[in-house]
Amino acid sequence: MIELDNIAYSYGGGELLSDITLSLQPGSFYFLTGPSGAGKTTFMKLCYGALTPTAGSARLFGQDVRKMTRVDQANTRRRIGVVHQDCQFLDHLPLNENVALPLTVSGKDNLEQVSNLKELLAWVGLKNRALALPPELSGGERQRAALARAVIMSPDVVLADEPTGNVDWEMSQRLLQLLIELNKMGKTVLIATHDMNLIRTAKSKVQARVLRIANRRVQLAGADL
Amino acid sequence: MKKIIASVSGLIGGNSQADKMVPPTGFTVRLTLFASGAMAFLAVFALALSMASGRLAQRWGDELAHSSTLRISAPVEQIAAQTAAAMQVLSTTPGIENARPMSSAEQRALLSPWFGPDLPVENLPIPQLIEIEETSGGYDAAGLRLRLQAEVPGAVLDDHTRWRRPLQQAAGRLRLLGILSILLIAAVTGAIITLAANAALSANSQVIRVLRLVGAQDDYITMAFVRRFTLRALTGAAVGTLVGFIAVLLLPSAQDNAGFLTGLGFSGLSFLWLFPLPILAALVAFFATGAAARRTLSEFR
Ligand SMILES: Nc1ncnc2c1ncn2[C@@H]1O[C@H](COP(=O)(O)OP(=O)(O)OP(=O)(O)O)[C@@H](O)[C@H]1O
Ligand SMILES: [Mg+2]
Repeated sequence: MIELDNIAYSYGGGELLSDITLSLQPGSFYFLTGPSGAGKTTFMKLCYGALTPTAGSARLFGQDVRKMTRVDQANTRRRIGVVHQDCQFLDHLPLNENVALPLTVSGKDNLEQVSNLKELLAWVGLKNRALALPPELSGGERQRAALARAVIMSPDVVLADEPTGNVDWEMSQRLLQLLIELNKMGKTVLIATHDMNLIRTAKSKVQARVLRIANRRVQLAGADL
Repeated sequence: MKKIIASVSGLIGGNSQADKMVPPTGFTVRLTLFASGAMAFLAVFALALSMASGRLAQRWGDELAHSSTLRISAPVEQIAAQTAAAMQVLSTTPGIENARPMSSAEQRALLSPWFGPDLPVENLPIPQLIEIEETSGGYDAAGLRLRLQAEVPGAVLDDHTRWRRPLQQAAGRLRLLGILSILLIAAVTGAIITLAANAALSANSQVIRVLRLVGAQDDYITMAFVRRFTLRALTGAAVGTLVGFIAVLLLPSAQDNAGFLTGLGFSGLSFLWLFPLPILAALVAFFATGAAARRTLSEFR
């Protein structure tokens, strides 16, 4: 589904990422780790086609990112659920409409989907915050809402960029649990984080692979964590 | 083609969801409404001017084209004899369909705008007029003048061309200017709406980014803006057109001899030409906003 073949990326200066060859195995659970500024967010953007590699080729669902039209890009985004590091909500719309946004823009906001929306909000524990505006939400609530939005189109892949970035330990466990549940449903999950404790607890619950960005490369980390 | 039909139906049927995605930007609403209203108001006058000059050109053309006048100025006692001689000449000139001396009542009617209805025409040494109708081929004016010079010394032939040409030319120019004004008005409306749309687009760049991130197609985002601006332009222009129409209606009504200025109103069904004005404004907004949106969208992946 996501295949990176010897890709590199640079924002214009030197290369931030180089020589990355990797394909995400369907149904697997991945962590992506590395120091701040190492390029975790950049790597994720390459994975959902928001950036085109400056060298090598990225294939999403068999399609070369470089050959995608804007219509293809939009269609691909509906198949990959992304929890953005900064959530990316529309502040003038209540939470339930923000969560339903992918459905709305693809013209699928029919009644059946609306009932799915209610279940989804219940699943992330935000049923009674449905009408709150994003600026009124706490950090943990925002992260859970972002996760709900990422999965509302039933994507095959969920990419979560620092989903536990600004929440306490308990809430991060809760979010992790939601992501593990998604993986149990067969979805491929990739979580970018620099929280080693989170990775350790996850490893006790799910078979997780850890990718580490070091020296501009992404490597599969050993069992030393 | 399919795309156009889809976008028009989306425009009319509406997608209230797509509308909600983009919060309205206060001043761009007012700017678009105001500009399209004011421009439609001006366009009504340009249209009225253009149609009045069109009518005028036609009237002059019709009335003057195949007619001319022979004027006989002579001492009162010779007028009858010279008129008869002139009629004789005219009746043998090829290209003349009909010639007829005007009665004193008709002459009085012609003069009344200047001298009032009580002018004692009979007692005044005014010239006798002979109305000439030409055949479609026309006659040889120079030849007729020569013959008249020889046989009817007091006759002056006026074949109207020297009146007609400049008048028709002026009327044609006025009409052209009217049309040009409407085109300029459309262009200015387009420019203002483009400015307003660009302002709305850049005020909503975060909205556009988020919509793209969740998989919105360009057309979806474009329509959210296009629909809003098109409807605003349509509303503004409809109001402007209505107000302009009322203003034209309130002009003093046209009288037979009051000439051009009071002929500005809409005659008969010509007011139907006003209906395309709001639609023109809507079209301008549709394309201007669409172009602006596509330009902006290309900056977002
Ligand atoms: N749009 C951009 N233009 C130029 N440089 C950028 C851009 N986005 C990111 N960078 C730079 O690329 C580097 C990697 O950024 P990135 O956001 O991928 O890091 P990260 O690993 O996600 O960091 P963090 O853990 O803080 O989120 C940083 O040095 C950043 O300043
Ligand atoms: Mg990051």
